[in-house]
Parts: sequence; C-alpha cells; structure tokens
Amino acid sequence: MKISGEAQRRILDAKTRYPSRSSAILPALHILEEDQGYVTEEGMAEIAGLLDMPMSDVGGVASFYSMFMQRPSGTYRLDVCRTLSCALLGSEHLVDYLSEKLGIKVGETTPDGLFTLRTVECLGDCGKAPVMMAGDTYYEDLTPEKLDAILDDLRRKAEA
Amino acid sequence: MRILFKHLDVPDIDDMDVYIREGGYKALEKALKEMSPDGVIQAVTKSGLRGRGGAGFPTGKKWAFIPKDPSLKKYLCCNADESEPGTFKDRELIVRNPHQLIEGMAICCYAIGSERAFIYIRGEYIEPARKMEQAIAKASNRGFLGERILGTDFNLQIQVYRGAGAYICGEESALLNSLEGIRGEPRLRPPFPAIKGLYESPTVINNVETLANVPHIVLNGGEWFASIGTEKSTGTKVVSMSGHVNNPGNYEVDMGTPVREIIFEHAGGILGGKRLKAYVPGGSSVPMLTEKHLDVGLDFESMLAAGSMLGSAGFMVMNEDTCIVRATLNMARFYAHESCGKCTPCREGTSWMVEMLESIEEGTGKMGYIDRLVDIANNINGRSFCALGDASAMPVLSSIEHFRDEYETHVSERGCPFAGDRGFALRGG
Repeated sequence: MKISGEAQRRILDAKTRYPSRSSAILPALHILEEDQGYVTEEGMAEIAGLLDMPMSDVGGVASFYSMFMQRPSGTYRLDVCRTLSCALLGSEHLVDYLSEKLGIKVGETTPDGLFTLRTVECLGDCGKAPVMMAGDTYYEDLTPEKLDAILDDLRRKAEA
Repeated sequence: MRILFKHLDVPDIDDMDVYIREGGYKALEKALKEMSPDGVIQAVTKSGLRGRGGAGFPTGKKWAFIPKDPSLKKYLCCNADESEPGTFKDRELIVRNPHQLIEGMAICCYAIGSERAFIYIRGEYIEPARKMEQAIAKASNRGFLGERILGTDFNLQIQVYRGAGAYICGEESALLNSLEGIRGEPRLRPPFPAIKGLYESPTVINNVETLANVPHIVLNGGEWFASIGTEKSTGTKVVSMSGHVNNPGNYEVDMGTPVREIIFEHAGGILGGKRLKAYVPGGSSVPMLTEKHLDVGLDFESMLAAGSMLGSAGFMVMNEDTCIVRATLNMARFYAHESCGKCTPCREGTSWMVEMLESIEEGTGKMGYIDRLVDIANNINGRSFCALGDASAMPVLSSIEHFRDEYETHVSERGCPFAGDRGFALRGG
C-alpha cells in the first residue's frame, strides 16, 4: 500500500527541518509507522525516494530500533515491561495472564487482529510498576483486574 | 532542599504564564543582559555542578571545552533518552516543568555560542515529547526562543528529536549517530564531541536534570549551589525509587543524604514490612549494594567508596524474599537485548552470561559457572567499545561478590532455593 499524501507531505517537511537530510530518516520512519501500522518495505523505499537517500540507509536505521515493527501487528500492541523494577512487582505474572486470556504467546497476534502481545525493556516509568504501553498510552500500577478493564476499553475503542 | 522540584506544589507550573509568574525566565534574562557567555560558564564551574546522567563530569568544564571560534557552528544536545533501568526522573522533570528545561538549555546555548539545540527523547516518551514541543512553541511565541531573544542578538532554535527504542542511544556518541540518521552505535573517541560532535561540529551533550539546574545557578550564583550537598558533589539529586518500597516515586534530596533516609523515610520503607536485601543505587549499570550499605551517602564519592556508583540515582530495591540470581538474570537479559553488536566482548559476553545465569537458576548449573561468570564479566568490563559492556558486568560481579553463597546453594540444591515467586510477586500477591 502506498503511503498517504499527508504522510508524504510530513516526510518532505521533515527533510527541511534538520542540518542534514539523513536526520530526517528516523522521523520519517515514525511517520511511516503511524501511516501504515508498521514499517513496510514499500514505505521505506518511498522514504528513500523522498529523502534522496539509498534504501539501505533507511532499512539500516529501521532495523536498529525495537519500536519499529517490520511486519503487521495487531491494532493494539500490548508492550509489557519485563525489566527489573516491573519484574519485582509481578510483570511476569501479567504477561502470563494476558497470554492465557488472549490465547496467544508473546510475539503473537490475536486472530481478530486486535492485540499483539510483546515484552519490552524498561519503559522509564518504574515508580508506577508494573507498566504496559499500548498505543501512545502508558498503563500503570497494573493488576490482572486492571488489565481486564483495559482490554475491554480497547475493544470498545476498536469497535467505535 | 528542593531546587528542581521547588515548584512542584504550584498548580499548572507547566503552563508558561504560571512559570513566569513564579520567576521563570528571569535567569535567562539575567544571563543575556547582565552576564557574558564566559561569566555564565564561570558561574556553572563555581557551582560544582556535575553531569546528572550518570558519569558526573563537571558541567562548567564540559562547556569550557567548546572552541570560542565564532565561525564554527555549535550544538547542544539535551539527553532525554532516559533508558537506564530504574530511572524515571527526566520524564517527570519534562512533564511537570518543561520551561525549566528550556530555560536551562537556552542559557547553556548562550554560554557556548550555539544557535541550535536538540532534545533527544526516547521514542516511548510520546506524551513528554508532545509536551516539550508545545512548550517550545509557546516559548518561541513569547520571544524566549527564536530570533533576537529578549531584544538581544542571541538566536536559538530548539527541536525535539524522538528516538525509537534503543538503550544504547543514551550513550552520548550513539545519541549523536542516531540524531544524524545512522544506526545508533557508539563512536570511537577521540575526537570528543566538544571538538567533533553532531554534524562534525563542537557539541555539548547534557542530561535533562543537569540543564534544569542551570537557571537556578544563574539566578542564585555558583557559590549558593556549591553550599548545598557535599564538597565535591554539590547541589541536589533527584532519586527515582522503585522496586520493593512502599512509596515509589521521584524524590529530590541534597547530595550526601544517607541511603537509609532515602529508602526508609522518603520511599516509606520496604514493601510489606520485609527486610531489605539489596539495592541498586544508580540504574542497573552500577554495582548492587546490601543492607550493610545503608549509611552510605548519596553522592559520587561516597557511592564509589562503598563499591558502587551514583549513576543516575535510579534505585531498584529488593526485599529479603528476592532471589538474587533471578534478579541478576533479569538485568543480564536487558544488556544482552540492548547490546548493539558492534564489539565482540559485549555482543558475545552478554549472551553467555544470560545462558549461565539461566542454567544456575534452573538448577543445571555447575559450581565452576560462578567463577566463569566472574571471568566473562571481567573480560567484558574495560574491553568493550563503550560503557554498555562495562555496565553489563556490574550486576553479575556485584551479586557474586555479595551473594556468592546464594549462587552456590542454587548449584548444590540443583535449583532456586526460594519459595513461590522468589520475590517477583504481584503487589499483595
């Protein structure tokens, strides 16, 4: 799928915003992911064209960072922190709970395409551990009960 | 004493008008209209302020390294990557009081002769990045940023630059690569960033907390700041408290405050009334300490003397139920995941350590693994390309130093001797 005109415009804008064109690659990848849901091959080729950069430079940057998904994922990525402060307050239990409830393993997506379950390293919100990020939102001080409510809420949002 | 958090009780201090009403941007005005760039650097040098990102390098000295040649472009990069496990202070400093940081950055740029600055913020901090962008737009509209700031001939543009999930980009030379649009791997030094940094130009890289201190130093003087804390570690430190404590969160304390006071008074003591077993005082990259080290002062020198480091002052606290092998394995996994793969000792060594810790925790480890772990860690430490390798060795070396008997029990009993959750339970669970 080609990236939207709006995304193209934003990428061209990013191209002018830094002392060097290459600095626009990372912002462009964020724009691409927002537009397509993940960093598609086709989209990266378009970025390379828009920025006059070799495709290998764009792909090299994309593969370096853990936030960029290189394949389709669910509407909501449930990124549960597994690093020490969250782990000490039971984040592994929460991963197991989500895995069982959604019927998927870590790294998998639910058959309805709604949720992808992932574990991630420290999200920088350890004072509110255990923490999960879904979309732009941090969910804090998590318990299994809170997760139930969050999943219901996200399902409703997806239907709306 | 509260310096950075002194406005925390003021409602809407994140609003520029409220910030101005509380004396905000007075320091910038004072710097631009009453002080020379060198005068600002001298005040910061006199204050004794040292980098709050972990390394503790004297800030004034760092700024003074920047060449004075006006024909050279210079840059400031504010390091808001904050990916050190257990650290969440910069997030709060940004969200709660973004203009304090902008003011500090503007004063720094004036001092080093820079007209362009970036805030490199970790990709997951979407809300803080938005907040920062809004604050920058407001400050620009009001003439605190942009062209001819406050009627002087000083110009400055600040831009937010988002990372995308890579611990290594908090390392300053990797941060520069990331910002330049290449893979965020660390650079060989020299040349140091002060000479050849961002886009081959002289560059200062400072942590959020470091820069947020600057307006207060300019307003109240270097001597005032130097009178707070200890002789060599001046000012205050924001500590991030997490893990098995009753009141996790950020607390600003004077440098030198005893750890006992921080854990048991500020953070409300150990969760569930349990005993303290171990704490990591500066993010997972520094050696862990134990119950024996509760009277250590929170400052660069005291932490070093106790066998650890101040680091970012991100405390991860573990209670008596915690299996140290499992906690160490957790930290080892972090480094194995985050190693950028550029150099062999770190790329290979971090994975080997994970494998050996896993087998010890699962009960298939041999007694010889314990010394082997020490050997691997010592061969990464000091032999890797950047500080990530050294950091990965710290949890392993310090946990074996303080809890060797626990490792041995794992091996002799063929498995983890701790019951149930081994200290990794849900709260109340």
